[in-house]
Amino acid sequence: MKRVSTPVVVAGLCFALVLLGAASLMVGRVWVPLEAWSSADPRWVIILELRIPRTLLAIVVGGALGMSGAALQGYTRNPLADPGVLGVSSMAALGAVISLYFGFYAPVLGGAPWLMPLCAMAGALIGVLVLIGLTGQASGTVTFVLAGVVLNIVAGAGVALALNLAPNPWAVNEIVNWLMGSLTDRSFADLQMSAPFVALGLALLLLTGRALDALTLGETGARSLGISLSRIRVLLALGVGLAAGASVAVTGVIGFVGLVTPHLLRPFLGPRPAGLLLPSALGGAVIVLAGDILVRLIPSAAEVRLGVAMAALGGPFFLGLLLVQRRRLS
Amino acid sequence: MSVLEARGLHLQAGGRTVLSEVSARFEPGQVTAILGANGAGKSTLLAALAGLSPPTSGEVLLDQAPLLGLPPRRRAQRLGFIPQTPEIAWGLEVRTVVGLGRLPWLGARGLSGEDEVAVDRALAAARVEDLAERDITTLSGGERARALIARALAGEPEWLLADEPYAGLDPRHALEAGDLFRRLAGEGAGVLLTLHDLTLAARLADRVLVLGHGRVLADGPPRSAMTADILAVAYGVDARLRETEQGLSVDILGRWG
Repeated sequence: MKRVSTPVVVAGLCFALVLLGAASLMVGRVWVPLEAWSSADPRWVIILELRIPRTLLAIVVGGALGMSGAALQGYTRNPLADPGVLGVSSMAALGAVISLYFGFYAPVLGGAPWLMPLCAMAGALIGVLVLIGLTGQASGTVTFVLAGVVLNIVAGAGVALALNLAPNPWAVNEIVNWLMGSLTDRSFADLQMSAPFVALGLALLLLTGRALDALTLGETGARSLGISLSRIRVLLALGVGLAAGASVAVTGVIGFVGLVTPHLLRPFLGPRPAGLLLPSALGGAVIVLAGDILVRLIPSAAEVRLGVAMAALGGPFFLGLLLVQRRRLS
Repeated sequence: MSVLEARGLHLQAGGRTVLSEVSARFEPGQVTAILGANGAGKSTLLAALAGLSPPTSGEVLLDQAPLLGLPPRRRAQRLGFIPQTPEIAWGLEVRTVVGLGRLPWLGARGLSGEDEVAVDRALAAARVEDLAERDITTLSGGERARALIARALAGEPEWLLADEPYAGLDPRHALEAGDLFRRLAGEGAGVLLTLHDLTLAARLADRVLVLGHGRVLADGPPRSAMTADILAVAYGVDARLRETEQGLSVDILGRWG
């Protein structure tokens, strides 16, 4: 098995991130070439106020989703796991929609801007806890995926109910727009709201690496190697809850990044779960950033939402994955 | 000198008594075979001795101290365990899987040179050096079983507890595995195995512990613990222990009763 060494892959991903980051500052409705990057140029405001926070947010959110996916795939020993598939993102969305619905977040009401990320993270955390609780001792792949289906249905019903009972069309509009998942017009305030929680979540997930490796041998195998399963469950729940929850809170639901990223990296790095955590964060950041540049380049009247674009690209990928898996299983 | 001891183990699972009043003391330097029919509680006893199934009452002691009181990492350093149906989730290289056996010893920086040496030694001892670069999910059942023995050896445990380590081994590799277990015991480790092959148990083990419905039916050297009466009660078969030129042999003559 010929593999590329981790430092080479990490360096490559960092390089891609820098290139895409620069491109992300230039590309958009207003083209801002490199020579306009100075405070003397009137377009500087666009870079400073819009493009920089948007770019950084893409990196933060992509990193959160990528590593959450890698950690969940490692824990479940299931290559089809990710925060979206397992319903964690939907639960975060439900939490956020509840806060939107009650209007706490609307600045006109003078509500606390922290409430939405808080609700989203609470939703995500509840989601992960339900997943881990439902599967607990007998964590077969099937139970885990079924638990994810249940969460997706419950969260979907909750969101639909909020839409159903929405007081006016504007509220519906706001919820729907937000649900589609986008990085458009995000500010430094959004970055401040999410980045610290994402960073904390990712730090917790990095601590699970060895336990995830040990889980390759199954739960009994891992325990016989001195791994405490309850500790890793807590770390995983908090880590995914914080990282995915804080991401969903500021960008809405962006699916498939967590699912796809570890898969794209495995051929280069091998399947060892701990070895995929950090590269998946970088890979997720590259994918979200690239996707966000792509949606800005699509010449359409309204900007295609990033969440929609990702779902459109991710669906076929998921299908392909299932086909390959099925061949391997049969 | 480390001593592993079960004291009045009682284990209830799913409303059924799996182990009842099991007491036994294991000394290092010996190979002990745990025998018994399907569902007699062999695997449960082994898991309890490895600290993986907490008993309902009674306790497992390692050097007079409760095993479950040890930090899991410390316990894993001293007891190596090979589960019966090992699941392997990812297509890792055999060498990487064997390296997982070093987890209880790892410092913050991952596998050290010393760890690598232990991995090499384990690969050699289990005769899987030539499989080291292979993807473990592509191995045959017997090759995988040997790779997982290597994984347990990599941790250099004082006690090796293996649940059905012979499943899937061809005759030649079964003999080699037997040599390996004997050599480990010769080097001062304690080896506990659950086995189904009675002849193999009679030849390999210094001591056999025969379980029936969760209770200890007999405990002692094969010649005294594997009598026709005990085998009849334990397995419901008419079996005879016979001396041959190659050592003891167990003939199954038919059903009993």
